[in-house]
Amino acid sequence: MIEVRDLKRSFGPQPILDGVSFGIEKGEALVIIGRSGGGKSVLLKHIIGLLQPDAGQVVIDGEDITRMNERELIRVRRKFGMVFQGAALFDSMNVAENVAFAFRRQKQFTEKEIALKVAEALDMVELPNVEHKRPAELSGGMRKRVGLARAIIYHPEIVLYDEPTTGLDPIVSDSIDKLIRRVTERLKVTTVVVTHDMRTARRVGDRIAMLHNKRIYVTGPPEDIFASVDPVVRQFIDGVADP
Amino acid sequence: MTSAGKKFLSDWLGGLGRFGLLVQESLASLFTFKIAGRDLLHQMHFIGVKSQSVVLITGAFTGMVLAAQTYFQFHKINMDTATLALVGVSMCSELGPVLTGLMVAGRVGAAIAAELGTMRVTEQIDALRTLATHPVDYLVVPRLLGAVLVMPALTAEAIAIGIGAGYVVGVFLLGIDPAYSWYNMLRYTSAADLAIGIIKGVVFGGIVAIIGCYKGIHCDEGAEGVGHAATEAVVFASITILISNFFLTLMLGKLLHGT
Repeated sequence: MIEVRDLKRSFGPQPILDGVSFGIEKGEALVIIGRSGGGKSVLLKHIIGLLQPDAGQVVIDGEDITRMNERELIRVRRKFGMVFQGAALFDSMNVAENVAFAFRRQKQFTEKEIALKVAEALDMVELPNVEHKRPAELSGGMRKRVGLARAIIYHPEIVLYDEPTTGLDPIVSDSIDKLIRRVTERLKVTTVVVTHDMRTARRVGDRIAMLHNKRIYVTGPPEDIFASVDPVVRQFIDGVADP
Repeated sequence: MTSAGKKFLSDWLGGLGRFGLLVQESLASLFTFKIAGRDLLHQMHFIGVKSQSVVLITGAFTGMVLAAQTYFQFHKINMDTATLALVGVSMCSELGPVLTGLMVAGRVGAAIAAELGTMRVTEQIDALRTLATHPVDYLVVPRLLGAVLVMPALTAEAIAIGIGAGYVVGVFLLGIDPAYSWYNMLRYTSAADLAIGIIKGVVFGGIVAIIGCYKGIHCDEGAEGVGHAATEAVVFASITILISNFFLTLMLGKLLHGT
């Protein structure tokens, strides 16, 4: 369903991704782990076409999206929902307007139908009665939930999460992890999560891929990754700094 | 060429290319995209209604100063009653549109660049794109169309209030004969002068909006980047207005006055 082939990307003279290749099956939950500043978010943005690579391909359902222009990408992006690290809620709108944004632009539904879908999406993320609040009035965890409701309201096939638990306390992080798992299972979506939170990786992923030295270093089921004796993987899992 | 020179040239040409693409994309979207009426009205309100005080004060005091200075010079050669004629022509074809453009560039251009710049650095523009919405359709076109539609009205207001204020200063403060002044103003201020001012208003509105949008969408990261974007939007829009005003004066003068 998603195939990344030999992806290369530099910012100025600094290479960030240098030959990244992997695939994701339909309905699978893949967690990409790696060190901060290692290019995880850059990789995620290539998957949805927000960034274009210097070389390589990103193939979504058989279509290479790397050479598409912004208007062609609109069609492909209808398959995606994305939850941003800082939620990226539109601060000029309230929660209901944020969540309903995609529907209002399409003009397919009446106001009543949109209100029902908004309530349903907010219910799914366990955030009732916040429709009229502004993003500035919400806590970090609530903002992420609203971002998720906005991403899943139109039932996309693929949901991307950029650092979903960064900056949240362990209890809220746990609830977000459970929410991601629930959305994956209930909506049968393909899930890609970028994180350096090992608890999230263990709880959310069907498979874990580790980005190291600008490439995918290892992939495998969480139990294999967490049992790995490879020194690079071990150092990251155990959180040990270089001597 | 030194490496710094090459970098400057490369950045400048890159910027010019991105600006050209934004203009092309905006015009294409303007003629094919069904714009949301609510977004357009919101922008017209923000650019037009909220600029009222700035434009009216600028127009009024410019007209008053122009009338006073013109009277002081014309009085030496006994041409007092030509004062309003000069005020009329100047306000219609030059001062009205240029000062309105500059004031709107300061208020609206900076606000557009800061708003879009903040949206960029907080990933809101990326979020728009993930929601299958083209940023040019949603962010640029309503602002561009709103500015182009309201700027002629703001210009007309500045012209009217400027002439009115000039009349008050000339007649009631400086004692110019009202009948002859009014007659001379109507005699020497033609419909072509007013048309020149209105056309310039349309062009200046487009310049303010597109430069504000460009600087916002392409702003650098962080609070400093947003600050730079807002400042540059005002500076570039103001300079572009002043330079384009010269060429518009020549072109429209030839076209509408036939001189």
